[in-house]
Amino acid sequence: MDNSKKKKAALKNSKNGNSIKKSEIKKEKWELKLYVAGQTPRSLAAFSNLKKFCDEHLKGQYKIKVIDLLAKPQLAKGDEIVALPTLVRKLPQPIRRIIGDLSNVEKVLVGLQMKSRNGFYK
Amino acid sequence: MNKNSTRIKKVKLPTLKKSSTGINGFDEITLGGLPQGRPTLVSGAAGCGKTLFAMEFLVRGVTQFNEPGVFIAFEENAKELTENAASLGFELEHLIKSKKLIVDFISIDRSEIEETGEYDLEALFIRIDYAIRSIGAKRIVLDTLEALFSALPNDFIIRAELRRLFRWLKDRGMTAIITAEKGVNTLTRHGLEEYVSDCVIVLDHRVSEQISTRRLRVLKYRGSKHGTNEYPFLIDDAGFTVMPITSVEMEHKVSNERVSTGVKKLDDMLGGKGYFRGSSVLISGTAGTGKTSLAASAAIVFCSNNEKCIYVSFEESKAQIIRNMGSIGLDLKQWESKGLLKFYNSRATHYGIEMHLAIIYKMIVEFKPGLIIIDPLTTFLSVGTFMDVKAMVMRLVDYIKNNGITAVFTSLTSGGSSLEETDVGISSLIDTWLLLKDIEQNGERNRGIYILKSRGMRHSNQVREFLLTDNGIILREVYLGSAGVLTGSSRIVQEKMDEEKFIESQLEIDNLTKNLQRHKRVLEVRVEELKAEYESMEDEVIRKIKLNKDKLQRRKKEREQIAESRKVGANGSESKRKGG
Repeated sequence: MDNSKKKKAALKNSKNGNSIKKSEIKKEKWELKLYVAGQTPRSLAAFSNLKKFCDEHLKGQYKIKVIDLLAKPQLAKGDEIVALPTLVRKLPQPIRRIIGDLSNVEKVLVGLQMKSRNGFYK
Repeated sequence: MNKNSTRIKKVKLPTLKKSSTGINGFDEITLGGLPQGRPTLVSGAAGCGKTLFAMEFLVRGVTQFNEPGVFIAFEENAKELTENAASLGFELEHLIKSKKLIVDFISIDRSEIEETGEYDLEALFIRIDYAIRSIGAKRIVLDTLEALFSALPNDFIIRAELRRLFRWLKDRGMTAIITAEKGVNTLTRHGLEEYVSDCVIVLDHRVSEQISTRRLRVLKYRGSKHGTNEYPFLIDDAGFTVMPITSVEMEHKVSNERVSTGVKKLDDMLGGKGYFRGSSVLISGTAGTGKTSLAASAAIVFCSNNEKCIYVSFEESKAQIIRNMGSIGLDLKQWESKGLLKFYNSRATHYGIEMHLAIIYKMIVEFKPGLIIIDPLTTFLSVGTFMDVKAMVMRLVDYIKNNGITAVFTSLTSGGSSLEETDVGISSLIDTWLLLKDIEQNGERNRGIYILKSRGMRHSNQVREFLLTDNGIILREVYLGSAGVLTGSSRIVQEKMDEEKFIESQLEIDNLTKNLQRHKRVLEVRVEELKAEYESMEDEVIRKIKLNKDKLQRRKKEREQIAESRKVGANGSESKRKGG
């Protein structure tokens, strides 16, 4: 039950998930969008948390796009954004939304379906 | 001193500005509409029409007041809303295309969302702000904000953000409607009333005795008077109609114009001219006394004057009324086809009483009739308790009178109860009360009519017999004699007897006159006879007198002759005398 070090791509290889290593999810490309409103401390915190998280868990296979809704309010509708900051995982499917400043790494893992809610690997 | 007085003069209390909703009747309850630039909470259980109320507020805002609006939907998407609004006769697509209305569906799927630290709802603000700015909206609807509570995990954040949201909407001067689901024992499930406290409207959809009625109540309205009762409302293809029937004031317009009842003799009974325009007329009576016929004849009078008339019938269908009234020479069909007469037929039990009255109210507003007939008023008793019915009917009568509409109500008096009492207890509201009565006598029933009261005019105290003939309604004077009041065949018998008596005595007089004349002629003959007799007697006397006279004269002459002859002998005469 050593949670923090084990992780896995969302859908693939779920049956033998326990033995999967970081390198095995490399094939998948992650496309992430971070919605924020201006350069508030919370937005900045979210961005740095996300960056840290990705570097740790998805090194080299992710792409982050930051969208400032103050500048482009019309984009809020597309991804049904209500709360800020919101991280949207566009790829891999299905779309996932994570709200908050991403300070809780556990929950980010769950939110991105890298880990099931009850703590077990998928 | 001077300063003070000028200051007092200057003070002009700012009153709350209101945004007219354009919803039938609602603006009257709230004396102008929703508070302008403030949020209003519309709360109610599922299916009471919150969304439609809000939608109508927006659509009317665009179409009637040229105020663009934004509809933020959390539960239904734009397509669904458009379809739903179409059922009210609102075409959203057109409004959306012409940039007068924005429907923004915000879907939040709880299963897709994970909370990972602090957040706020700034994006919601941004979206709303964007929508408002893109069309210059003045009105906004948030339907149902509570979806946020189920979609987002942190209540504290949502509450804080909602408070900020309402403040923000207020600062922007948006007239807003926030809908909320009713909680079990609370106004709203999530206590939204805490944040929206300027105006709270509660919609209700209650079922009592298997009949459902929608009701609306203004629970709270800061800075404004408002009607506090529960008002029935209805939703139909023309949108919302709230019936503001409880008027506080008694400011009925009064008319001195008189309107015929349609029955000449009845007009005569009512001071010769009929009842007052704008008055309420009650025709009460037991079954089959001719209430409907009398009401229909009043309708004919109005229609022939080119005035509109609404006929509300709870017992007969339109076709049946037209046929039945046709049988006594009252042609309702022609007026119906000319659009002057409108029927509303409905089973009383089809809706609750409030609903009926709301429908009637709506018809009055739309059709603007001069006369409304409700036949019979007592049917309402089958859909409500006595107190309910009484209260509602009073409101209706009040409303009708306030609008200067003449009303004819019929009331069925159930057998056994006092005739001077209506089952719905509204006699005090009635200006003219006609009582129809069965007079049972000699094995037959006849109709009698009399005027129980008629405010503000001379009226007859007589009972009249009421006949329904092929040519309409005819009133006959009943026979009032030593045998009491006679009607029907006994009246006819009595009248025949009277007639015979009259003829008899007429004959007698004729005879006497003839006799007298004969007698006169006889007498005249006799007078002639006597006259002739007299004349003959007179003639006789004259003749005799004349004869005598002649005799005397002759004798005198003779004597003179003799004397003469004696003188001739000189003293002859003396000697003769001597000698004599």
